[in-house]
Amino acid sequence: MPRSDLTHYGASGTRPPVDLSPLPADDGENDDDVVALPLRHTWRWVAAGVLGLGFVWLASSLWNNENVDHATIAKFMFSGQIVHGAVLTIVLTFLAMVLSTILGVVLALMRLSSNPVLSGLAWLYIWVFRGTPLLVQIVFWGYLGLLYKQISLGVPFTDFTVFAADTNTLIPAFVAGVIALTTNQAAYTAEIVRAGMLSVDPGQKEAAYSLGMTPLFTLLKVELPQAMRVIIPPMGNETISMLKDTALLSLIAVLELYTVAERISAQNLRQVELLVVVSCWYLVLTSVLSVPQYYLERHFGRGSRVLGPTPIGRVVALLRRQPKPRVTAKESL
Amino acid sequence: MTITDGGSVQASAEPLLTARRVRKRFGKVDVLKGITLSVAKGEVMCLLGPSGSGKSTFLRCINHLETIDGGRINFDGELIGYTQRKGALQEMTPREVARQRRGIGMVFQRFNLFPHMTALENVTTAPIGIRKIPKTKAVAEARELLDQVGLADFAHAHPAQLSGGQQQRVAIARALAMEPKLMLFDEPTSALDPELVGDVLDVMQKLAKSGMTMVVVTHEIGFARGVADSIVFMDEGVVVESGPPSEILRSPRHQRTKAFLDSVM
Repeated sequence: MPRSDLTHYGASGTRPPVDLSPLPADDGENDDDVVALPLRHTWRWVAAGVLGLGFVWLASSLWNNENVDHATIAKFMFSGQIVHGAVLTIVLTFLAMVLSTILGVVLALMRLSSNPVLSGLAWLYIWVFRGTPLLVQIVFWGYLGLLYKQISLGVPFTDFTVFAADTNTLIPAFVAGVIALTTNQAAYTAEIVRAGMLSVDPGQKEAAYSLGMTPLFTLLKVELPQAMRVIIPPMGNETISMLKDTALLSLIAVLELYTVAERISAQNLRQVELLVVVSCWYLVLTSVLSVPQYYLERHFGRGSRVLGPTPIGRVVALLRRQPKPRVTAKESL
Repeated sequence: MTITDGGSVQASAEPLLTARRVRKRFGKVDVLKGITLSVAKGEVMCLLGPSGSGKSTFLRCINHLETIDGGRINFDGELIGYTQRKGALQEMTPREVARQRRGIGMVFQRFNLFPHMTALENVTTAPIGIRKIPKTKAVAEARELLDQVGLADFAHAHPAQLSGGQQQRVAIARALAMEPKLMLFDEPTSALDPELVGDVLDVMQKLAKSGMTMVVVTHEIGFARGVADSIVFMDEGVVVESGPPSEILRSPRHQRTKAFLDSVM
């Protein structure tokens, strides 16, 4: 290659002369020993002030609104009915999330399986339950009695039955609600778990297999723990969605938080006040849910990033006023 | 399994591994066109050849990480990955293959350590879960192995905290913890910074001296010359020539071998 192609000093190809004379000695006469400060973010403070004022104005307009009866809010915030509804909301969320996670993992593994029957079945399930509105599915399970009057267990196409019961006694509203939320959520969870499994380097499976690990052992000890890092954040999201989606069960008269509030306001006509009450409850519950998510993310992130102290650990350290721990050579590797 | 410096072990005549007419296709490409070779107990065999010659694929066929389309691979008296049924071979179930793989350790180019486990857990997980040995025994053995690869102080480090050379040595310890009869190395130093290659090769040399049977895919001609008992030169899915290093490296018979050696030395 001709030399001129490599040079950036113009067509002539000549380079500027290099000054090899030594730097002048630091005689202490100049002010080079000066402090360097980071950029000042003046506009952040201005923006924060403007927004703060706006929020104060909004809050006061809500608080002083004559259409809002503060006494009603206070009366129902911790009333027995509302607390009972909130407990049922928590129970529904917990049951639906646990059951749907189990079902979702199974569906994800079926979908990833090399067996076309299993993967086809999982695909069909996800297609149906992700493709129709949750609202429709809730109503469907709630009114299953209209479709099948009786549910029986026996040999198909014969009169032989082991067990038979009326659909509405076998599946009361609460059970129908859990089934609806679980089956719908499982379809979404399956896709999240599948994405997590696909994020694991294929070399991990090969290394596990080369050590004589069986497919099930490899899944449980090598693949799923690594997939969890990708699975946990969206699953936290899904749990928060689930908590709020339980409100849809008011359609089939499950007495969770929102249904209770709706029934109370139907009697006292204080719709806004009761909506404030349930909103406060949902906000508190969703805030509480983000705590386990933080710790799960930490747990499954081990090995992939350096873990600092937890918020609680930071507070404890501050209270104890420990000197900063010295980083030893081994830890800093 | 321990790496002891027991002096060079003479390769005995009894073959531990034999491959006969092993064929493998990827789509329309014949990657392996009938590989036949045998590795004696205690023998160290280096597979050399240009990239795309099929040497890594062949290595992966030995522990059935790749299926084969024809031929037989015999290891320690068993057909690997298949059972003979009348005129054909029928693939085994994954559980049966897993059992066979316990006798064969493998070290990968990209280490493939389990990132969510410490070095010690990487080494102990398979012995505890698969060999079913007690945890205390597994930990003691793992510490010994980590000591032998020079990483006694790094038992509780995660792979991300280790250099490439250290990771590869943990990977060797992890494979040895299953007490394999054969070790496969798939370009174990190709992903390492040049100054880290020596430590890994030293461990491999110690292992060879202890009498371990090894099949090594490598571009380290120096290692092949100094440690290997035999060299197999592969190109385009066939074995071009094989023999002791002194023969193959000094006076190759085939033009393709000559050309390859000229390009790497």
